[in-house]
Amino acid sequence: MSHGSHAIASTGKPFAFSPENEKRFQELLPKYPTRRAVVLPALWLAQEQEGHLTVESMEYVAERLEQPAVTVFAVVEFYTMFKTEAVGKHHLQVCRTLTCTMRGCDDLQTMIERKLGIGAGEKTADGKFSVEMVECLGACGAAPVMRMDNRYWENLTVDKLERIIDACREGRDPASEDFDR
Amino acid sequence: MTPPIISMRFDNPDNHRLAAYVASGGYRTLPKMFGMKPDDVIDEVKRSGLRGRGGAGFPTGMKWSFVPKSTDKPKYLCVNADEGEPGTFKDQLILKHDPHALIEGIITCCYAVGIHTAYVYVRGEYDFPIARFSAAVAEAYANGWLGKNIQGSGFDLDVVVHRGAGAYICGEETGLIESLEGKKGQPRPKPPFPAVVGVFGCPTVVNNVETLAALPWIMEHGASAYAAIGTEKSKGTMLFSISGMVERPGVYESEFGVNLWDFIETSTGGVKDGKQLKAVIPGGSSSAILTADEARAVKLDYESIAAAGSMVGSGAIMVLDEDTCVVKALEVVLRFYAHESCGQCPPCREGTYWMHEIVSRIRRGKGHVEDIDLLLSICPDMMGRTVCVLADSAAIPAASYIRKFRHEFEAYIDKANPPERRLHPGGVNLEAGAM
Ligand SMILES: Cc1cc2nc3c(=O)[nH]c(=O)nc-3n(C[C@H](O)[C@H](O)[C@H](O)COP(=O)(O)O)c2cc1C
Ligand code: SF4
Ligand code: FES
Repeated sequence: MSHGSHAIASTGKPFAFSPENEKRFQELLPKYPTRRAVVLPALWLAQEQEGHLTVESMEYVAERLEQPAVTVFAVVEFYTMFKTEAVGKHHLQVCRTLTCTMRGCDDLQTMIERKLGIGAGEKTADGKFSVEMVECLGACGAAPVMRMDNRYWENLTVDKLERIIDACREGRDPASEDFDR
Repeated sequence: MTPPIISMRFDNPDNHRLAAYVASGGYRTLPKMFGMKPDDVIDEVKRSGLRGRGGAGFPTGMKWSFVPKSTDKPKYLCVNADEGEPGTFKDQLILKHDPHALIEGIITCCYAVGIHTAYVYVRGEYDFPIARFSAAVAEAYANGWLGKNIQGSGFDLDVVVHRGAGAYICGEETGLIESLEGKKGQPRPKPPFPAVVGVFGCPTVVNNVETLAALPWIMEHGASAYAAIGTEKSKGTMLFSISGMVERPGVYESEFGVNLWDFIETSTGGVKDGKQLKAVIPGGSSSAILTADEARAVKLDYESIAAAGSMVGSGAIMVLDEDTCVVKALEVVLRFYAHESCGQCPPCREGTYWMHEIVSRIRRGKGHVEDIDLLLSICPDMMGRTVCVLADSAAIPAASYIRKFRHEFEAYIDKANPPERRLHPGGVNLEAGAM
C-alpha cells in the first residue's frame, strides 16, 4: 500500500475558488447525480489553483460539496496525484515499473541523484526540482518515461534527461526544444 | 493479413478532428443503427463474438444483456480508460488518434442498453489524451453527435470526461465505480455485479476503451464479418502493446490465431541488438511468463495462451532478452502490486508486501535457500480469497517466474556461484541495491 506522503500542511491562508474555477465548478455540478462525485474534480481544481492542496482548500471543497472534511482528507490520502505539500517547480515523475526498468530507469535515478542531489520523494533547496519514482505511466512503448510539467518525456537516456534538466535550470522552456537531435 | 480495424485511422494526423473522421466514413452507420431495435444491436454485438479488451475478456454483448430492461433507475456507462496494467499503452492511442471512434462506440453501447449518461474515467497522468479526447467530445456536442436528440434520432446522450488521480486499483471496475462516486477506489465484493448495482446504485456497464472502439466497425460491416476474423473463441483483432527488449516497441494490431513470436518479431523487428530471447510476458504484468520456447510455439488467442498457462489479458506483451534478470523483474512486478494494493484484504495487503520483501532480499544477495519454496507456498494463499483479483495478479507472475526460472533465483542464493552476466534491468549488480 502506498498512498500517502501526506503530512497535511495548514497555511493559515483562506481558500476560495478563483472566478475562473468557480465557473468550472458550477459547470461540474450538473454532470453528476451526487455532490460527493464532484469531490475528485473539485480537488483537481483546488490543486491546480494553488499547486498543491492545503487543509483550507480541502475543507473548502468539503464544505462546497456538503461532505464531512474527513472523507475528503481520506480521498486525498488515497490518490498519489493529490499533493498536500508543494512539489518543485519541475516535478519529475520517473517511471520505475517493469519495462522502464528493463530500459534503464535505474540509471536515470542515479544520474538525478548525482546531478540534483535529491532522491525519490525529495526536493532541491531552491524549490526548482522534486523527484518521485512512480509506477507504470502507461507509455511503456517509449520507455524509459517520465512525466513533468503536465506532459510525458519519452525514450529517455541519461544524456537526454540531463539536457532536459539543464534547460529547466537555465530557465528555458523544455517543451519548446527537441532533445532527440 | 486482415486489414486493421482499431488502428485503421491512427496514421491520419488530422483524424482527431470530426471533419477528418467523418470524411473517412466515421459516424456514417449511426443513422442505420438508430433505425434498429436496441435489442437487435445487442444481438449483433453478441454474434460478433467481441470480448472485453480491458483484461478479463468477457463477451461484450452478453455483459450488456445482464443489465435489467425494466428499471425506473437511470443506467450508466463507465468507460474504463484507466490503462494501468503495466505494459499496456494502447487506449491512450485511441484517445489521441481516434477519439471519435470511441465516441461512436459509446453511442452504440448506450443506445443498445438504454443509457443516457456515460462517464469516461481516464487515468490522471494522461494530460494530453484527456485534452484531445475532451476536445473531440466538445466537437461532437457542437455538431449534434452528442447531447439531446442526436442527429434527429430522438436519442439523448451525455458524455462526461472524468479524470482519475493516480491509483491503479481504480482500473478494477468496482474500484472505478467507487472512485467515480468520490470515494477511495476500494473494490466492492461481487455480487451484486455492476450490471445490476453499479455507480450511484444504478445498473452500470463498464467497458474498456478498445472494446467500445471496435463497435463502429462491427456495426458497419456486420457481426459475421467480424466473427470471420480470428479463431473459434477469439474473434476479430486486438491491439497489442509490445514493449521491453525489442527493436521497435509500439502498439500493433493483429487478428487472433497468429503465432505469438512470429507476430512480435515481424512487427517489432525482434529482440533488440540481436540478443537472444529469454522470455515473453504475454498479457500484462499480472500474466504468467512464457519461456522463449513456449513463446515460439504458442498461438496468440485467448484459448491457446490459456492452454499455455497464461492469458491474453490487456494485450500487453513484454519481451525479456537474455540479459534481463528474472529475479529483478519479479522484484519490480511485486513492488508494483504491493504499492497498488488498496489494503482492504489481508491476504493481498500482507502477501504482496512480504513477497516483495523476500524477493528483494534474494536479489540483494541476502536470501536463504528456503525462501524460494516459502514464496511458492505463499502464492496459493493469495488466490481466489480476496475482494478483487489484484492479489492473484501478484501471485500468478511470482509462481510462474520462480517455477520457470528457478535457477536464476538459486544463483542469487548460492553465493559460491553468483551470476556474473551483466544483470540488467538497468545494470544493477548484487551489492548496489539502489531500490
Ligand atoms: C486490479 C485490476 C486492474 C484493472 N485495470 C484495468 C484498466 O486499467 N483498464 C481496463 O479497461 N480494465 C481494467 N481492469 C478490468 C476491469 O475490471 C474490467 O474487467 C474491464 O474494464 C471491463 O471492460 P471490458 O469488458 O470491455 O474489458 C482491471 C482489473 C483489475 C482486477
Ligand atoms: S485484493 Fe487487494 S486490491 Fe483487491 S480489494 Fe483486496 S486488498 Fe484491495
Ligand atoms: S513501465 Fe514505465 S511506462 Fe509502463
